[in-house]
Amino acid sequence: MSEKKKLRVATTSLAGCFGCHMSFLDIDERLIPLLELVEFDRSPLTDIKHCGPCDIGLIEGGICNGENVHVLREFRKNCKILIAIGSCAITGGLPAQRNHLDLGDCLTEVYLTEAGLAHGHIPNDPELPLPLDKVHPLHEVVKIDYFIPGCPPSGDAIWKFLTDLIAGKTPELGHGLIEYD
Amino acid sequence: MISDVDFHAAYLDSILDRYGHAATNLLQILREAQEHHSYIHPDAIDYLIAKLQVPRAKIEGVASFYSFLHLKPHGEYRVLFSDNITDRMLGSVELMQKMCQQLWIEPGKMSEDKLVSIGTTACTGMCDQGPAMLVNGRTITRLTHQRVQEIGQLIRNRTPLENWPADFFRVEDNIRRKGLLLGNTLAPGDALCAALVLGAQNIAEALKTSGLRGRGGAGYSTGLKWEACRNAPGAAKHVICNADEGEPGTFKDRVLLTSHADLVFEGMTLCALAVGAQHGYIYLRGEYQYLLKPLQAALQRRRDAKLLGKNILGHAGFDFDIVIHLGAGAYICGEETALIESMEGKRGVPRNRPPFPVTHGYLQQPTALNNVETFCQAALAIHMGAENYRAIGTPKSTGSKLISVSGDCPRPGIYEYPFGVTVREVLQDCGAVNTRAVQVSGPSGLCIAESEFNRRLGFEDIPTAGALMVFDDSRDMFEVARNFVHFFAHDSCGFCTPCRVGTSMLKQTMDKIAEGHGTKYDLSEMENLDRVLQTSSHCGLGRTACNPVLHTLKRFRPAYESRLKSLDFVPAFDLDGALARARQMTGRDDAGAHIKAEET
Repeated sequence: MSEKKKLRVATTSLAGCFGCHMSFLDIDERLIPLLELVEFDRSPLTDIKHCGPCDIGLIEGGICNGENVHVLREFRKNCKILIAIGSCAITGGLPAQRNHLDLGDCLTEVYLTEAGLAHGHIPNDPELPLPLDKVHPLHEVVKIDYFIPGCPPSGDAIWKFLTDLIAGKTPELGHGLIEYD
Repeated sequence: MISDVDFHAAYLDSILDRYGHAATNLLQILREAQEHHSYIHPDAIDYLIAKLQVPRAKIEGVASFYSFLHLKPHGEYRVLFSDNITDRMLGSVELMQKMCQQLWIEPGKMSEDKLVSIGTTACTGMCDQGPAMLVNGRTITRLTHQRVQEIGQLIRNRTPLENWPADFFRVEDNIRRKGLLLGNTLAPGDALCAALVLGAQNIAEALKTSGLRGRGGAGYSTGLKWEACRNAPGAAKHVICNADEGEPGTFKDRVLLTSHADLVFEGMTLCALAVGAQHGYIYLRGEYQYLLKPLQAALQRRRDAKLLGKNILGHAGFDFDIVIHLGAGAYICGEETALIESMEGKRGVPRNRPPFPVTHGYLQQPTALNNVETFCQAALAIHMGAENYRAIGTPKSTGSKLISVSGDCPRPGIYEYPFGVTVREVLQDCGAVNTRAVQVSGPSGLCIAESEFNRRLGFEDIPTAGALMVFDDSRDMFEVARNFVHFFAHDSCGFCTPCRVGTSMLKQTMDKIAEGHGTKYDLSEMENLDRVLQTSSHCGLGRTACNPVLHTLKRFRPAYESRLKSLDFVPAFDLDGALARARQMTGRDDAGAHIKAEET
């Protein structure tokens, strides 16, 4: 019997806290059977820097700066199915708390006005990504195919979602696995 | 000098006395308090907390729910342009811009001298004589550039509203076609006498025979409702007339309350006799405040004629009277249970049904709640006899229906037809030509195209609460739908998440398409959203909020498609523009400080 081709999965964290990735690791020993079915492309687990053609992309965190936009576009270009995972990816989440403030005021407060800054200036090194004036959820920048809500979604929810997807079923989380907080 | 607290106590005490210091009258108390001070002052709230023994959250919760109640100053003159699509078609947007320029203010903000603020409000029920506006709650019709300029001048001169030209406030009936109801020659008391001959216990049965169905849109059997209310156990029963005519494009109740108020009261009294109620209420929408005094006078005339009060028409124990509750700008209060909540001095959030109001209505007592027109029709049906009434209209939609016609036609106004009339007949009668579409029964109803104009108005085909808005071939049906979607987003009560969030998402998506960022993906997203709203909303508002989009998408898809970009997906905002502030703050302009548009 010929071995079934493994699906390629990429993951990344944009304006997030890596909590969703930690929750992903909470599938614990099920990682081993998962690895029978998938192989990882770009992901904090592999340290591959750029994404190649993939079947599934999982993204946690919203879009807060220019670099986030580039990474998100790279994922969209390469992943057949793109999934927003967690509150920040879906709504902007905690980082979007700054949306009701003016970005200039924020930068001024943090780098110029705040006491204890020796040579206060707003960092302008071209190496650094520039922040967007507002934090956006992923689906406002590219098309997103699926959303897994939760802050973070549980390991069980992620496991159920991925195994459904791998089995070719429309993923359904159902009662107990969907969380909004 | 008297202190601020004493100042507020002085007028609040007399209001509280009139409303029996009852928290169930909170909405009426707040509304009157605002009349004294143009907004609800924080000190007034402190005073009410102490006197009514209710928490601050309750008072502020109620005050912030209704559009016409304000917790902050809005100026001596508060101008609100009616923002229905029919007002827009008559040029309201331009008139509002002109007025803002004239008075040097921005929409939604108060002028610096605290003189005036200008904003928009949902349909004020003057679609046949728009564009219309409310100034401090008073309706002004038939706005023109000249009229708006005159109003601006009157405001600048601080002329009191009482001294403005009476013609500004003139509201025409515009009755174009009379039938059974509008042509009735009943004298006050005629229908009641017929009912007393029939016997109280037989009224509901007679209405069942007549086939009368509610005229508010849902079309429930009036006889069954009254029978259920009659049979429901309860210490005190109530009759409520729903005059919260908020569905954009509807204004028939306005005309009935203006020119047939006696018949409305007659129907309510007849209902009281049928169900055994002593207390009657009219929930009058805040936009029709100008009708309050004439209605109160009409009630007094009926009391003097022994048609209201104790022992009506000399029948011992037939006691019934009617009071008027005034709304404060909330479309959702047209939903019967939200209306009851509002009457109890709460936010107008719909209740779970069952239990229905016939068993657990106002103050949890059995309540017969009907539309203005239903009460009129009930009085007519009892007076002319159930069998005679039944002969009019169609088998499942008996009697006649008032249609409020507005939009692109030379003769907008009220048309009465027996049920079963075709849309085409209505269009011919109102003189509409080159009609592209007709919106029946308001934004939550049905939008139909020319191929469907032979369809009939009635519960068998197109049910209607009475609005009929006409759009000719110069109109862009996308903009029509967008106006309706904005309306729903504004008037969602905010209680359930699917509706509160869903209507806003719908609005954002329509705006995205309007701004040229829309894609096919957005169209399918709106269809998905509709499924969520229809299956999970708490009440009918959420369930029908997608109708304008779905109906126009089905019939006028090119109006949407011509606005789409051909790409699969386009962000709703300018990505590179979103970095502008950061570029300015850091002084950077290198390649990394920009986001290029994606190649496709």
